Amino acid sequence: MAIPKVCGIETEYGIVVRNADLNAVTASSMLINAFLGRTETRTPWDFFDEQPGNDARGLLLGEILAPDIETHLVNTVLTNGARYYVDHAHPECSTPECRTTTETVLYDRAAEEIMRRSMQRAKALLPNDGEIVVYKNNSDGKGNSYGCHENFLVDRAVPFGRLVSQITPHFVTRQVFTGAGKVGCEAPGSVPGDVAYQLSQRADFFEEEVGLETTLKRPIVNTRDEPHCDPTKYRRLHVIVGDANMSEVATFLKVGTTAIVLSMIEDDALGNDLVLAHPVTAIRQVSNDPSLRTIIALANGKRLTALELQWELLDQARSWADRHGLDSVTVDDGKRILEEWENVLIGLERDPVSVANVVDWVAKKRLVDGYAERHSLQPTDVRLKAIDLQYSDLRADRSLAMRCGLRTLVDHDAAVQAIEQPPETTRAYFRGTCLARFSADIVAANWDSIVFDVGRDPLRRVPMMEPLRGTKALTGDLLTSCTNAAELIERLSETTPT
Amino acid sequence: MAERTKKQRPAGPREQSSATETETAPAAESADRLKAELDGLLDEIDEVLETNAEDFVKSYVQKGGQ
Repeated sequence: MAIPKVCGIETEYGIVVRNADLNAVTASSMLINAFLGRTETRTPWDFFDEQPGNDARGLLLGEILAPDIETHLVNTVLTNGARYYVDHAHPECSTPECRTTTETVLYDRAAEEIMRRSMQRAKALLPNDGEIVVYKNNSDGKGNSYGCHENFLVDRAVPFGRLVSQITPHFVTRQVFTGAGKVGCEAPGSVPGDVAYQLSQRADFFEEEVGLETTLKRPIVNTRDEPHCDPTKYRRLHVIVGDANMSEVATFLKVGTTAIVLSMIEDDALGNDLVLAHPVTAIRQVSNDPSLRTIIALANGKRLTALELQWELLDQARSWADRHGLDSVTVDDGKRILEEWENVLIGLERDPVSVANVVDWVAKKRLVDGYAERHSLQPTDVRLKAIDLQYSDLRADRSLAMRCGLRTLVDHDAAVQAIEQPPETTRAYFRGTCLARFSADIVAANWDSIVFDVGRDPLRRVPMMEPLRGTKALTGDLLTSCTNAAELIERLSETTPT
Repeated sequence: MAERTKKQRPAGPREQSSATETETAPAAESADRLKAELDGLLDEIDEVLETNAEDFVKSYVQKGGQ
């Protein structure tokens, strides 16, 4: 029985400083501090129990791999349950845990609004027209990449090897609708002009099928085994292969289809018929061919295009849904995911331009091709790369994505509200509400616990090992009725609903 | 080849079920509309694109991340 697909997205944003002398780390910190300046919450992140070196395949490389934690950098928790911090010289925002795909898209949009407010507030603080600009993309065009990771709650009982081989075909082929598009190619050994335009920002950077790395020799399936919840029951599948999407529908499809395919794997409803022969080769082949005609090899000798493989996955998803239901992704969301999935495949098959309002790589390619034609530019003209970069500029007056007619799913006012309000159906509700109500008494917080200082005792850590507890239904009355943190701790020690 | 052809979907009934969401217009009719819309967009790009594209692209250098 597939378990609820609690999910979240972490995005590292590109950053550019104009008319000011700040390095990327300082500028990232300034964005976050400028954003927090107007809120009362400055609760630091709690690094207790972080183990990014643990490998899902059972190896413990913690001592071999330098820990991927920079504890001295700005790192905070927001009242909506999100984490906003500096990571590898980029500002990064991780959404709170969400129970549905629709909600994940809402909080991804809220993160964009947070970045936009951060830019505006930092600009107001900088003299001489200084400005820090943020880009929602994944590469600088010079071989440097930064990620947009999805996270999904997965049943620990699923054999990890089967999970890897069965999810890989989706990761390799979903880029036909999740790709954010890129002018040029950054694969090792490529030369300018090799590839004029490709589907994915990230495909060039994947060199392994499976592994623990995230910053070099990136693997299609990442094995970081750091569940941030009860490790005896759950995994957190840390998906590093995706692009950051400007299109809300693309984000919806990226998260929704992956949540469904993972549910199918949990129910052992997806056989090995679609396992790929050479995933690393295939991910680049698919990305490098906007005609979508490239045929990739399966392990069983069959050959399919990425679109055909996606049709096959959708067919199997429908029959899985008929047999098992859609509870793991919620019924309403599940139906919508299947419908959007089918629509986008129909559109891509008929003529990709017909889904230019949904698929980022198509929307961007339309601008690039149109501009090249209007001004008679060569494919390597620098202005086309400028369009690529500026597509993901998050300033409303500069962003090309925000003016090219992308269909939206999120109401703007709802996104603004989600900057402060947590989701109500995961433990993010408890985290966010505690921060909003009792931040003065909170020493630190992270995904699976909150540390309180109520004065009279040693610090009290409240564990939150179940992502689907700490909800409004379970803790709303308690949180509302407590007037201070000491009372909350006292009543929690009587019953532990989190 | 037969295997691949089989996987392609007849668009008819599926389109109808999705018509409310995507508002798919007939291809010929929408072509002109799309062209006009793209022209408008390209005008906008001419206005907002970084004035010195070469400097902008050259100086867009990021530290690698995850």
